Amino acid sequence: MAVPAVRREPVRIRMTPPRLNFFRQSLTVAWKDLRSELRTKEALNASFAFALVILLLFSIAFEPTEDQTRQISGGLLWLVFAFAGALILNRSFARELANDCLDALIAAPISGAALFLGKALANFVLLSAVEFVCLPVFGVLYNVRWTAQFWPLAGVIALGTWGLTVVGTVFSALTVNLRLRELMLPMLVYPILIPCLLAAMQLTAPLVMGEPLTADLAQWVRLLVAFDVIFSALALALIESVLVR
Amino acid sequence: MNPVEIAGVWKYYGDFPALRDISFNVEPGATMALLGRNGAGKTTLLRILAGLSRPGRGSIRICGADARDRSARLSIGVLGHGISLYEELSAIENLRLFARIYGLEDPERAASEWLERTGLDKVRDGLVREFSRGMRQRLAVARAFLHSPSVLLLDEPFTALDDRAIALLQSLLRDAIAEGRTVVLSTHQLREALQLATHVALLVRGRLAYTGVRTAEMLEEPGWLYRQYGESQSASA
Repeated sequence: MAVPAVRREPVRIRMTPPRLNFFRQSLTVAWKDLRSELRTKEALNASFAFALVILLLFSIAFEPTEDQTRQISGGLLWLVFAFAGALILNRSFARELANDCLDALIAAPISGAALFLGKALANFVLLSAVEFVCLPVFGVLYNVRWTAQFWPLAGVIALGTWGLTVVGTVFSALTVNLRLRELMLPMLVYPILIPCLLAAMQLTAPLVMGEPLTADLAQWVRLLVAFDVIFSALALALIESVLVR
Repeated sequence: MNPVEIAGVWKYYGDFPALRDISFNVEPGATMALLGRNGAGKTTLLRILAGLSRPGRGSIRICGADARDRSARLSIGVLGHGISLYEELSAIENLRLFARIYGLEDPERAASEWLERTGLDKVRDGLVREFSRGMRQRLAVARAFLHSPSVLLLDEPFTALDDRAIALLQSLLRDAIAEGRTVVLSTHQLREALQLATHVALLVRGRLAYTGVRTAEMLEEPGWLYRQYGESQSASA
């Protein structure tokens, strides 16, 4: 085959400060993951279906009163988010296995931390989408006006989701080459997530019922923020050794 | 400074040493054919050169930097067993993605130019999952050459390629060699590899059995190297 004679100018590499390059590469990876997922909707459809079925089954099985809903709302919502999230997180690094795409990314001049951050951002967006579809469904099925404390609720959900995403994305990378990764990921992730889920449940319960956060709940906010900061830092520091062995 | 410097590299999988004390350099502009039977350690060595795996002992320098340094990874182009392309993205999206990751100044232009070079410009917006095997292979070649790497690492590059992709790859490799780039390729296709190669390294059970310039003797009789330094020879040594 004769290669067409295309007049080629020398390829120029952009000279950008490393930090700017880091965020640009992270956003490129996040865009790629979101685009791929929106085209196939493999993880999103499974996650949506799972979350909605659980919410529906609980409402039919228990027909909770307002008091019971107040007690279970935080726990129910975060269990749904955590299990539905596992379906999204499992796909995160697994989608790189087809055609050895992960090798091309690891051999490219992108740091493990930038790759991780890009994947975590994409997972965060996908999981948030599932959560913000679940909330109105929860409101209808359990007869709750969940929008009364919308912004504090959105903040708590964002903090909890980031914790879930960061830990889940690291373990998605760690278990990517295991045959039983669909089973291993939840088994490894949920014990570590206990403080994050506990804090998110405690904070979500009053907010979703339309009650403001009280001062005695501040410790749970601090726990949630500390969890996110500590695990984000650990993940960014350790991901390179998880990816290249 | 040589573009590829390998010094005392060992690699273990569990207790099994896949590579044993490998040391050699590849000079600028040289084409090194990495030869050896299945399981000799060719792919393991190429993966370490590409920064995909760490050596247990020893060091690898690519253009003077550690194989995992950003500068080393900017200098290498890797074509492995898989095509390393995303099925759900189009041809142009795949190349643009890697052009952005490599930090090319004009990702769109670089991607378009390579689609034209590989004859895929008419299907630039087609999803890779809809491509034929040959089209995917040509796109994979474009991805590996996209950022004009100064060191090309090719693992069995001619295996499973269709005729058109083989011709394209041979033509691009000849251009790359003429431009003074360094190539390290592993292959079982002795005749094709020896025609391209200026140097040869033979691996036998993880050990370097021979390294040196490719001689006329090897070209005339591709099996000569195996007979001289291959399995039976090293076993009796």
